[in-house]
Amino acid sequence: MPRHLRFLSLVLPVLCAGVPAAQAALKVLATTPDWGSLVTELGGDKVNVYTATSPFQDVHRVDAKPSLVARARSADLVVATGADLEIGWMPVLLQDSGNSRIQPGAPGYFEAAPLVPLLEVPSAVDRSMGDIHPLGNPHVTLDAHNIAIIAKALSARLALVDPANAAYYAARGEDFQKRWQQATLKWEAEAAPLRGLPVVVIHRDQAYLCHWLAIRELASIEPKPGVPPSAGYLAELVTKLTATPPKMILRNAYNDPRAAEWLAERIHVPVVLLPYTVGGTPEAKDLFGLFDDTLKRLLAANQ
Amino acid sequence: MRNLTPVAGALLLVCWGWPDTGQAAPDDVTALRTELEALKADYSARVQALEARIRELESNVAARNAPAAAASAASLTAPAAAPAAPYAAAPARSSNLTAFNPAVSVILTGNYASLTQDPATYRIAGFIPPPTGEGPGDRSFNLDESELTFTSNVDPYFFANLTAAIQGDNSIDIEEAYFKTLALGHGLTLKGGRFFSATGYLNEIHSHNWDFADQPLVYQAFFGGAQLGQDGAQLRWLAPSEYFLELGAEAGSGRTFPGTQRNANSLASDALFAHLGGDIGDSTSWRTGVSWLRARSTARAYQDVDQFGTPVTNAFTGTSRTWVVDGTLKWAPHGDPTYHQFKLQGEWMHRTEDGQLSFDLTGRNLVGGYGSSQSGWYMQAIYEFIQRWRAGVRYDSMSSGTPGIGLVGSGALPLTAFPTLASASPERTTLMIDWSLSEFSRFRAQYALDDARASARDRQFLLQYILAIGAHGAHKF
Repeated sequence: MPRHLRFLSLVLPVLCAGVPAAQAALKVLATTPDWGSLVTELGGDKVNVYTATSPFQDVHRVDAKPSLVARARSADLVVATGADLEIGWMPVLLQDSGNSRIQPGAPGYFEAAPLVPLLEVPSAVDRSMGDIHPLGNPHVTLDAHNIAIIAKALSARLALVDPANAAYYAARGEDFQKRWQQATLKWEAEAAPLRGLPVVVIHRDQAYLCHWLAIRELASIEPKPGVPPSAGYLAELVTKLTATPPKMILRNAYNDPRAAEWLAERIHVPVVLLPYTVGGTPEAKDLFGLFDDTLKRLLAANQ
Repeated sequence: MRNLTPVAGALLLVCWGWPDTGQAAPDDVTALRTELEALKADYSARVQALEARIRELESNVAARNAPAAAASAASLTAPAAAPAAPYAAAPARSSNLTAFNPAVSVILTGNYASLTQDPATYRIAGFIPPPTGEGPGDRSFNLDESELTFTSNVDPYFFANLTAAIQGDNSIDIEEAYFKTLALGHGLTLKGGRFFSATGYLNEIHSHNWDFADQPLVYQAFFGGAQLGQDGAQLRWLAPSEYFLELGAEAGSGRTFPGTQRNANSLASDALFAHLGGDIGDSTSWRTGVSWLRARSTARAYQDVDQFGTPVTNAFTGTSRTWVVDGTLKWAPHGDPTYHQFKLQGEWMHRTEDGQLSFDLTGRNLVGGYGSSQSGWYMQAIYEFIQRWRAGVRYDSMSSGTPGIGLVGSGALPLTAFPTLASASPERTTLMIDWSLSEFSRFRAQYALDDARASARDRQFLLQYILAIGAHGAHKF
């Protein structure tokens, strides 16, 4: 007779019964600092947010590590980017969580990217094109209009998973929309001088920022998404960019600075560090700070 | 059947959702039922109201968005630069017949091996060998397994996975074919079918995700080269805590080594495991675990020679109990493995076997008692020193102890009649370097000094490729 199995059959129910009911704040697992910040804006003290990645991590390259599985286990709501950005780890997390509330299709699973019009939707996909996203470019946060759309849907979702506080979320949502609209008008006015600004990017994760503010991406340092540049490709870039020089090279907090700095030295333009996500720079404390700081840095480099 | 009872009991409890008011009076039950009905009605009303509100919000968003987009396009006159790749609008949806096709991925692996010893003579000295799977494989160019995986959710309640490995010799192994529950809740997941046991750390990891081209010696000796597979059921429970604590149990038929397929209704392979994990700061994450496996085998045959050098077939019938302690630690600057990552991994196993050993099954067929207490461990470290390049080192050590062989104790046979079981301490040191052009292709060179044989050192040089096509693989820890 397997004594161990008998022991387990006695102990498991006891352990399960000991699961504390989640009466307190709504537990939200956000995949990026941006979504973490947005949930905090919209949920205030009714939510308890855990952010799965840091500003210095490439969100695509994360492992379904034990700490994340543990957080998924107890989450009432998962807020993800979607569009395959978290494809390597989110499916594992959801499957291993033993949490039926956050499975795709359930109210507790929220994806942001499918709510907004995606840029760079490829007409054909093939892995020879690099780390291409079949559904379109998933780095949607840096267009202020996208945040407004996503915030609306997220407010509604918070109310759906936590109906007891629906009125609270509605009020906070309205307040956020008001403040965000004012800020957006301010940013768009400030950004007027950036129209048509020629820049070089590293990965194609500034696409929405450039689209929003009509900044021109002359080239990207990665020859294909996710593929590091070869020496030959960099030499080609130098030739090409010496002929049509950009005003600056944009680098995100999580990018390796070396290729950008190497190129900057040769074509004599500055590298501008952008926060990319909340927490990417000390000034980008929340979503408002992220946009404020991004614009401040772009405008300063454009002087 | 006696063995099934506790498992069945646990499963029943799970399916019933822990009725904690099991002893309540009939009045209470009626009251509860009424309350539940009221709650249900209330919730469905709320959900309907919210759904209506979402629809309203969505239409508002669409309405507000159209002029906003037009306005921003008008105010920002210069058009965005045309992207480099041939992007276009979303393609029109084609046939819906394929919309629910499972995710398909294919892994191609192959190698070139240069070995100083004949791989046919490979044997981990001191241990009863598994039927297959020991050693580095054949010399020269080899097609390794080509792995085909199909995965999909079945419905809201189940996820299903089929992994079939087409071997270089044209045979097909069903490595895994299982379903997994999605809707049990309470942190519970039930898996059923054929799956890799959660015993140890490396056992659940498919070969193309290993950091070396072959398995640690202790896995080869204790689980038989192929991973420990279960045809059975597994229940896991994840604790509702901020750190990772997982408990699980498995029951299976004992199909793979150290068990054997038996003509019996009872379960022949039971496992229990506990995993604990978490993060240390931004950059480090870890997992550790303890597992226990008990497998029964009937006439588990192996080839040996007797004291005169004549080939004989011997067989073990009895019970193996294996303890595994594992630990894995990963470090990357800010947790981002793009440029640098360090991974330290080790496992220690201890196995006892009790039962009968038959000598020369087809000839003299002598039977006596058998008891062994054996252990082994490995430790490996991998470092990504520049983007796409990793180097690693692994050390394997085994200790066979001296098994108690009844036929030797009784004086029926000399110890030299069991040369494979002579006490030994096999070890191996392996160096590895690999290069991954993308997440989907990897090339590896590996060099090992293998002292698994008691007689001679094998210097093994391997070149390996691993290519992944199809659906994006999972980044398991």
